[in-house]
Order: sequence, then C-alpha cells, then structure tokens
Amino acid sequence: MIEALNLCKRFQDKKRGEVRAVDGVSFTCRPGEIYGLLGANGAGKTTTLRMLATILEPTEGTARLCGHDIVKHPERVRANCGFLSTATALYPRLTAQEMVEYFGELNGLDSTTLKKRIDEIFERLEMNDFRDRRCDQLSTGMKQKTSIARTLVHDPPVMIFDEPTLGLDIMTARTIIDFIRECRDRKKTVIFSTHVMREVEKLCDIVGIIQGGKLLAEGTLEQLRQRHGENDLEEIFVKIVSPHYGAQEAI
Amino acid sequence: MSLRNIGIVYRKELTEALRDRRTLITTFLVPLLVIPVMGTGFTAVMSAVIGSAKKEKPKVMIVGGTDSPGVVAALQQDPKIHIIPTTDDWKHKVVEKEIRAAVEIPEGFEKNVSDGHGGTVKIDVYGGEIKSEFAAGNIESYLKEYRDGIVAKRLETNSLPANLLRPFQVKRESIAPPEKQAGAILGGIIAYALILMCLNGAMSPAIDLTAGEKERGTMETILSSPVSRTHLVLGKFLLVLTASLITAMLLMVSVEVSTAALQRSHALDQMAEEGEPAPQLTLGPAAIASVMIMAVPLSVLFSAGLITIALFAKSHKEAQSYIAPLMFLVVIPAVAAMLPGVDLTPELAIVPLLNVSLLCKELMTGEYHWNYIALIFASTCIYAAGALFLAVKMFQRESVLFRS
Repeated sequence: MIEALNLCKRFQDKKRGEVRAVDGVSFTCRPGEIYGLLGANGAGKTTTLRMLATILEPTEGTARLCGHDIVKHPERVRANCGFLSTATALYPRLTAQEMVEYFGELNGLDSTTLKKRIDEIFERLEMNDFRDRRCDQLSTGMKQKTSIARTLVHDPPVMIFDEPTLGLDIMTARTIIDFIRECRDRKKTVIFSTHVMREVEKLCDIVGIIQGGKLLAEGTLEQLRQRHGENDLEEIFVKIVSPHYGAQEAI
Repeated sequence: MSLRNIGIVYRKELTEALRDRRTLITTFLVPLLVIPVMGTGFTAVMSAVIGSAKKEKPKVMIVGGTDSPGVVAALQQDPKIHIIPTTDDWKHKVVEKEIRAAVEIPEGFEKNVSDGHGGTVKIDVYGGEIKSEFAAGNIESYLKEYRDGIVAKRLETNSLPANLLRPFQVKRESIAPPEKQAGAILGGIIAYALILMCLNGAMSPAIDLTAGEKERGTMETILSSPVSRTHLVLGKFLLVLTASLITAMLLMVSVEVSTAALQRSHALDQMAEEGEPAPQLTLGPAAIASVMIMAVPLSVLFSAGLITIALFAKSHKEAQSYIAPLMFLVVIPAVAAMLPGVDLTPELAIVPLLNVSLLCKELMTGEYHWNYIALIFASTCIYAAGALFLAVKMFQRESVLFRS
C-alpha cells in the first residue's frame, strides 16, 4: 500500500530560481494493483518516485508505504520496497551473486535465509550461468536480471519502477514488463513511471497523468476514456496535458 | 549506530577495492617505490656527481706569469690539477666548460711579492658549477700554501717565531651523535613523504567510492537500500582510511629497507667530509612507531577531507581536478618544515600538517617532547573529527549527492 499525501518538492535552480518539481501530489496504490505514472520528460515522475523510495526528502507533505512514514522512518520504508530504474546500476567489480548478497545483507537477512533466497531467485530468473561473473562483463539482459534479483532479495511488498524500460531493447524490456506483471500477481503494490503509452495500456490498473509537478487526472483506463470522450490513450494524454504544457513553456 | 551495517559496507568496498587496479597501485606499489626512487635515486646521483667531480683532474690554464716562473712551475707540478697550454680565448673556454678554471697571474708577480708590494692572483671559475668550484678550491689551497711558505721564510729570516701570525688555532668539530645529524635531514624527508603518501593512499579509493559511484550510476542503487547514509559513509570512510594507513605503513617499511641498503652500499661515504664518519641513516623502531601513530589522525583527516571533496564531483575526472591543487597545498607545510630553523613552538604545534612534519623531524633526531606529541596528536584528532563530521553531513545533502 502506498499513500502519497500532498507530496511537494522544490529545488533552487541558479537560472530559474525556485523550481516546483512536484507540487502537491496525492494518490493511493493498493496491493495487487499496478499504478502507472504517465508524464512527459521533466513532468515530475522521477522526483515523485525518488521521494517514495526515500532517496529524496519531500519539501512538504509526506507518504506512507505499508504504514511507514517516508520522512520519519525512511530506513523502514526502504526495507519494505524494491526500487528499480535505469539509473540504478550494478557494482561493476562485484559478481552477480555478490551484488545480490550485498543487498540481502543490508536488508538484514541472515546467511541461511539469504542463501536460500538467492538460490531460489537465481533459479527462477535463470541466472545460474552467470552467477560468478562480474557485473561489468554481463550483457544488458543479464544486468537487468541481476537488478531484478537485487530488488527482490528481501521480498518487499512494494515495488517502485522508474522508467524501467528506458533505453532497453525489446527483449530486455519484455523481461521487465513480465516481471512487473508477476509482482502484481504476487499481490505486491506496484507503481511505475513511463512515457510510453503502450506500456500503460498493457499493464496499468490505475493511471495518473502528471505534468508540471501536478497530478492532472487519475483513474482506470476505462474511466479516463469515458471522461474525455476519446478511445486512444495518447489523445487523452494530449488533451489533458497540452493546456498546462503550453502554460509552463511560456513561463 | 549499527556496526553490522558499517561492517557490511566496509567488506563490500574492500572486495571492490582489491579488484581495482588503480587503487592497488597507489596503495601498495607507490609507497614501496617512492622512497627508493626519490631518496635512494637522489642520493646515488648526488654521490656519483660529487665522486666523479672529486676524481676528475680539472683542466686549468695559466694566464700571464711569464715573469713568475716559480709559481707557474709549482702549479704545473700540483698533482690535483692539469695545466694545459694557454690560448687567447681562455675566458670563453671557462664559460663553455672546456676548462674548469683559469689562473690570472699579474705582471711581475714574484718580484712584487718579494719586494713586499703584494698583488692579486685571480682565479676565473664558472660559479655554481661543482667541478669548476673543485678546481678553484685546489688552486686556492695551493696558493695559500705558497703564501704561507713565503710568510714562514720571512719570519725565519727575521728570526721571529713561527706562531707570531697565528697565536692560536680554531677547529670546528660536530659532537652531535651521527644518527641525530642524519635524523634532522631524514625526518624532513620522511614527513614530506608521509604526508604525501597518506594523501595519495586515500585519494584513489576516496574518489572511487564517491564520485566513481555517481559516475557508474550505483549511488541511487545503494541509496535505495535500507542502510542509513551515516552508516554508508562511515563504511566508505573506514575503507579509505585503511588504504591510507596501509600506504603509510608500507612507506615506513620502504624507508627502513632503503636506508639500510643505502647504509650498506657506502654511497653515503662520498657525502661525508674527509676524516668524519659517514652519516647514519637507520631508524630505530621507536621512531618508526611514533611516526605511525602520528599517521593515524593524519590519515583520518585526509580520508574524511577527500571524501567530502570528491563527493561534490560527478565523475572521476572532475574529482581529480578538484584534488590535484590540494596536492600542492598539502606539500607546502611539509616543505616548510624541512627548512632549517623552523622548529616546534606551541603556536606551530596547532597548525595542521606543519605540526606533524615538524614533529617527524624531532622524532627522527630522537627527541621525544611528550607535551608536544600530545598537543599535536590531539589537535590533529580535532581536525580529523571535524573533517569526518563534514563528510557525514555532506552525505546527507541531496544537493551534493544529486548535483546536476
């Protein structure tokens, strides 16, 4: 369960002055659901998700993951979520197994549980062939699998994906998409951000459209279609975002 | 405070550091080679230069002196110089270093001397050039002998006692124990090398664990794990500190081994004045232990300082460009301490780096001023704690971690 309550993030920028990257965002994602955060580049998706993962601290407002407050107990929040983005790289000089082990240990798993867990994950993701190979010698696909194993090692109830398929080839992107679906099937709470309409259509139970740091529309795909009288998600998106998009560029 | 998490981070960073060639070279190889290359190489070159200068029989021309055959003949017989026929361009030859010196004997020199009118013999040298200076020294000492001979003869003819002009003798003798003499020189060099090595050993891992982590995109990965930022930075800090201390320790091993080797090779005998014992260069275990103890707060200071600085950078390259000027800055107090006459005072004992350098100098000469040692250790600890506090604080700042 994720509850975002009036999340705000402001930065000081030398050229632009105060930037409101995220401006009063509230939403709820429930277990067994995939929440898709759809927005253009710079809309505030990454900042929102980084705040949920407690990598950034909100300027105002807060959020709760499985009941833990992101501002008051960031360590507990991190212990309860897996965070994956294209920016979360692997340590090049560690082997795939060492990488996953490291994160298991940091999550407080004891060595017997950790070993069992790693064997299970490596078996399921078919990673045993490159278990002892260093991360800098892995192919993109192998790296993605290792990253997935890293987020899964402590079996978190909440999964946060920040543009997880950005820059990946079709086959690797597919592994990720399948993995996200699997998380839902295992009754995890899943939130992911993207600007790819097709991924939203394929995966999301709830869609939130974000622009200029504000959540402009939210609902199931069906609800959005009815509300805006369009069938195509892209048309709906443009309809919702364009008045705000122009306004922001003018500033 | 969870030691477990700090330990996990430390162990992982250690695994990675041991697989990083750059870190391995700066931590293990550089400290072992720097002294043999810097110290031994320098000494060997110096003693070789001095030795060959002493061995060479310098070519000298005599200008004038046709009416003073006695002096000329005596100079020609001097075994330490080689008189060659005079040419008109003798000045040019000295400047071009074809000959080492030229002796200008004024007209009617011998006659003037015996008449009691005196005169000046000029020795033309290439100032600052060691071989030329040696030649001039030989000529000078011969001419002095010649002069003394004349004085003695005159005293004899007038039946005056030989000690009339020299009622007493003056002699200078160093009674400082040989190890202390060498210690003052060596102490300065060791302090310089120690500061450089503590910094150098910390540099590569400090950059790798901060800016390197940003550059490789693993910063976000590790920040998404439950480990707190304080534990994370402390684990990293301990690894950097380990590297710095290992570097310092290997440096001392290298110092000990190379000075012992130098001592045995008798290369230093060339440097000693004739008749005096060669300088002693070996260090006692007490001196080495004291230097190592001083290295601890110094390494803490550098490790924490470098982490703080490197954390600002987005890439390895950027971090290096921040740290390179620091190298020069750090060397200044180390060099200042080597200057003669700069000694420990209560004020200087709280100047960071300079105090450790000066203390090294003292320790090497076998002086143990415990109140200074305590003061320096304490003040360096305070600076080190400050730097560590700053590093931890920096690691909490989003504007530093996610600088764009």
